[in-house]
Order: sequence, then structure tokens, then C-alpha cells
Amino acid sequence: MIPGELWTLKDLFVLPNEYIYWSIQIVMYPFMTGLVAGSFVLSSLYHVFGIKQLKGIASFALVLCFALLPAAMLPLLMHLQNPLRGINVMMTPHFTSAIAAFGVVFSTYFAIVASELWFLYRGHFVEQSVSLKKRPHKTLIEWLFYLIFTALTLGSFDITEPARHKDEKAIRVLATAGIPVALFLHGYAGFIFGSVKANALWMTPLMPVIFIMSAVVSGIALCMLAYIVTMEIRKLLVFLARREQPQTHVVERREEIKSVEISVIKMTSRYLLFFLVFAISLELLDLIFRGYTGIASWDVLSTVLFGKDFVKVFVLQYGLGMFVPLILLLIPGLTIRRTIVGVTLVLFGVFMMRWNVVIGGQAFSLTLAGYMEYVLPVIPHSVETFREGVAGALTVLAFPFVLFYFYAKIFPVFGSSESR
Amino acid sequence: MTDAMSRRDFLKKSTVVVAGVLVPVAAFEILSPARVQALKTDDAVRWAFLVDTYKCVGCGFCVKACKLENEVPYDANASRTWVERYVLTKDGGFHADSPKAARDGFTDSRVDLNESGQLSIKPEEIDKAFFVPKLCNQCDKPPCVQVCPVGATFKAPDGVVLVDRTWCIGCGYCIMACPYGARFFHPVYHTAEKCTFCYHRITKGLSPACVQACPFGARQIGNLNDPNDPVAEAITNERVGVLRKEYGTRPQVFYIGLDREVR
Repeated sequence: MIPGELWTLKDLFVLPNEYIYWSIQIVMYPFMTGLVAGSFVLSSLYHVFGIKQLKGIASFALVLCFALLPAAMLPLLMHLQNPLRGINVMMTPHFTSAIAAFGVVFSTYFAIVASELWFLYRGHFVEQSVSLKKRPHKTLIEWLFYLIFTALTLGSFDITEPARHKDEKAIRVLATAGIPVALFLHGYAGFIFGSVKANALWMTPLMPVIFIMSAVVSGIALCMLAYIVTMEIRKLLVFLARREQPQTHVVERREEIKSVEISVIKMTSRYLLFFLVFAISLELLDLIFRGYTGIASWDVLSTVLFGKDFVKVFVLQYGLGMFVPLILLLIPGLTIRRTIVGVTLVLFGVFMMRWNVVIGGQAFSLTLAGYMEYVLPVIPHSVETFREGVAGALTVLAFPFVLFYFYAKIFPVFGSSESR
Repeated sequence: MTDAMSRRDFLKKSTVVVAGVLVPVAAFEILSPARVQALKTDDAVRWAFLVDTYKCVGCGFCVKACKLENEVPYDANASRTWVERYVLTKDGGFHADSPKAARDGFTDSRVDLNESGQLSIKPEEIDKAFFVPKLCNQCDKPPCVQVCPVGATFKAPDGVVLVDRTWCIGCGYCIMACPYGARFFHPVYHTAEKCTFCYHRITKGLSPACVQACPFGARQIGNLNDPNDPVAEAITNERVGVLRKEYGTRPQVFYIGLDREVR
């Protein structure tokens, strides 16, 4: 069987070699990259532009970004027919290809995020290392943490005021340098699609910009969602601690957490709205432009957009994924519950946008006289149906959060009051 | 010392010298190794293909021969070459198909519409019907080569686009970039697969398998750089067309009798 044949249904005149070769993992790839780029931009809003209200979420977003980074590479690797040769992209990059830039941009970006995190949490590493060193009888776990933190200091134990000042300067420089790289990382993901002249849906110079906007939207939405979830867990923990030992001096009160949470969320949601409006405008502009110019391919494109994929494009992506959350977040008196619904819908909408680009772009034949339908493999009964099916996509989706769990043990994501 | 050069003079004079040296140096070109290789190679051969659609009867011998010659599994639903059938009806209808890449020939008069089933068209309703053999166009500006992230696919000096099976990572970008649907994943090697004009044969003076198998001479191969080559002569003197010129790929497969409805 030809790879791709398993999940492709052909209708009318489709060329013999045409199949849906790019399946759900290629949907996941720009989705995850978008989350990476977006969460970095959010953290940079604080570090570069000094938007103080975002302080609470900024370092959180950066750690999340670092957890999402390896996950952005995973879908590409899972999609390759020869995954073991993936490293060839680094060994013989062929720079006329948009994908070849991946190795360079990705490594640069990884280095920037990693070093920014180091400067951000260097002080913490030193404190932990020093305090664990002083502890007389260390358990095995404490030994382990001592070794980890000492290694993470990279031998730099100077946390005096001038040293910390230098750290802050470095963070600002790195965060500034990171923004164009983050945008480039995602812009070129858009370029990968936008430059395919053979594909009538993909080929538009707007594609990289559309991708960047939706990336920022999805990244901010994910940061907000993850922030709310962790805050709720903290509230629950405080609640449980109080119930068990009412007399204890638990450092925080639930109301305190709640007021911090809502003010951070309100501020962040404004930025989300700003980018969401941009994303909607650009995507609609693209659609209107195609309809207005009506070149040869529009005949088949319009039958896909307004016929076969109407629900996916206009109901799920534009309706449920963009306009509903836009209204939800615009109504005054924003609550946490409404935010959760809003940002979840935004994430869903961006996912649907990726789906409609990647799968939608393969929904019609090169002949412009036939259609292909993607039958998503749900139950994995072979390596191929696992890799390029629901199971593979969920693996990619879960991966960064597993990483984040371990990162949170090393980086004090929630500020100093969090006791490990 | 009065005749010693001042710092200002030194800088002035060296600027003039450097500029003077740079002007002729700028005329040189930095050549990439690939270009040097290409310049060194004898450009006596530029392979091109000529398809005479008037002669094609849709027997599918070419597809069969290609599959056997190039080890593309016989029952795999993909092929390096294929034949399309076009049926244009009096009511302005357009129907086309290529069942099993036409491996077994067009033995059924019904048009295969895949999921929509088979379509019977009465002979008296037909305006015109014809066959169009297809294969890789070995483009002069191949988009597949442009997008390959590892350089596993490349254009040989004689114009044929080849794939290195030992280096292809199987990302599928070249398949997406080809406007002709000429590429697919090989079901056994899981690498990009395409027509090579039977490179292993033409470089030894043989014809491609499809050319040899065609009973009607609908398919011919020739050398564009040889003015005495009959194919080159035909391409130069006859009215020939190429597929999807608008993509700027400069296809090197030329067609005689190309209809406007051919996709």
C-alpha cells in the first residue's frame, strides 16, 4: 500500500499518485510551533516592553515555551517516512527548501530560550544549591536535586546586586533577540505552505503572516489556560491544607491567589483580543481576495470551502473558534470561567485553522476536477495508523505537559512562595 | 622625517589601492561546487520527451512495462507513468479518469469516478474523447528539487531529475510541490519515487521501458542538444505544447495534440 492510501478517499478525477500525504501530524506541527512562538512573545511582552501586569505570567510562559519546543519537532519526526534519517536535515541542509531552515532556526531559538531561562532562574539555582549544600543529612532525592542545581549554576555563584543587574540586562537582550527568531520560526512554517505553488489553497504571500498571528493567538491562549489551571490547583491545595490544619500559617490565602489570577488574566486577555482581531482580519482578507479575483482554481476551492468543508471552515474555525471567543472575551466583567471557555475555543479554532489549511489544501485534486477526503485513523492497529492518527496526535499534545511537570520541579514557575 | 607618510595620507592611499583592487575582483563570481560540476560536465545531452496524443489508444502497455522495469509493485495504486482518458460530451460535460493508472488499459467504456462509481456515457453524446499519457516532466526548473530539505533529489546535468533513495527522509514536500502529481512514496522503500526516463537505460543507449513498450510510437525520447535528433527536430518544428506552463517549471515533456481540457 502506498503511504497515505490508507486514509484517502478519492472522488471524481484524481491523479493516480495523489493521496493525502500530509496528515494530522502536519496539522500538529504548525499548531505546536505556534504555541511555542506565541508563549515566547507573551513572555517577551514583559521582559522587553516592561508590561508589568504580565509579570506573573511571563516566566510561566517562558518555561511553558521551553517545554513546548521539543514537542514542536516531534510531529515532523513522527511524520517522516524515514524518521531515523531526520538528522539529514542538519547534516546536508538544502537551503532552497523552507524546511532546511528548520535546523538552523530551531537550534538558534532553542539556544535563546534556554539561555534566557538560565539568566532568569540563575539566582534560584544558586540559592537552592547553597541551601541544599548546607543541609546536614541529605536524602537521596535531596542529593539529586543538589547535583542538578549545582550543575545548572554552571559554576557561577555570584548573585550580588550588580550580578543580578547584569542578568536582567542579558534577559532583556535575549528576549528582544528572541522575538524576531520566534516570529521567523513560525513565519517560515507558514512559508512552507505558502510557497507551494502547486497548491491552489496554500499559495499566498499572506500565509506566513496569517500563521504568525494565529500562532501568537494560540500561544497566549494556552498560557492563559495553563496559568488558570495551575492557579486553580494551588487554590485547591491551600484549601486542603487549611482543612487539615486550620491553625497553620499557610503563606497564601485563596482570595489573594484569586485576585492576582483575575488581574493577570484580564490583562492578558486584552493582548489576546488584539492579536485575535488581527488574525481574523487577515484570514478573511485572504478569503475575500480569492473570491474576488476568482482565478481558475477558485471554482474547485469554493466548492470545498462552501460545500464539503463548510462546517469545518465556517462553523468550527471562524464561528466557534474565532467569533464566539471574541464576543466572550469582549463582554465586560470577565470571569475565570468565561475565560476558560473562551481560550479553549480559541485553541480549538487555531487547531481547526491548521486543519483546514493542511488537510483542506489536499481536499481537492491537482486536476481541479476531483476531491480527496481524509479519513482520520482513530484506533491504532499498526505503526502507521498510530503515527498518523489520533493516538499520535494526542502523544504530541501530551508530551509538553509531561515535560512541564518535570520542569516545574526545577524552575520555580509560580514565584518564590511556592514551596517545593 | 619629512618624507614619512602621515596617517591621513596612508589611509587615503590605501583606500584608493583597496578600491582599485576590488573593482576587478568584483567581476569574479563565487561559484557553488554544484555549478562548477555542471560547467565541467559535457552538455551534449539534454533529454526530452515527446508524446503524440493522437497515436495513444490507451492500451496501458507503457504503464505495465514501467512498473515491471522500475520495481514499482505491480498492484500498488501508484505509478511512475500513467495514461488519462478524457471524455467531453455534447452538453459541455467534462469527464476524465485513469483507473489503476491505466495499467490494464481502458477496457471499460464507463468512466471511473472513484467514490462516485462508474459513469456510462452513450457514444452519441460524446463530442470528443482521447488519451493523454503522463510522466515526470523533468522540469528545467523543478520545484521538487527546490523544496527538498536534504538535497536528496537533484537534477542531473542531462536534465533528468533523480532521487537518492539512500538519503531521502520521506517528508513528502517534493510530492506536495510537484504540480503534475508525478511523485509518490514508494511502498517498499518509503522514499519519494518518480519517473527517471528510465535513467539506467537511457544512459546505456537504450530507450525507456514505456517508449519501447508503446506499440504505436506515441512516446519518444530524444536529445534536445542534438539538431539531427528526430525528436528534437519534431519539438522544434512541430506545434507542441507543455503541461501547466503557468507554474514556470519549464517542462521537458512535449505534447502533440494537447487539448485545452487536459489537466
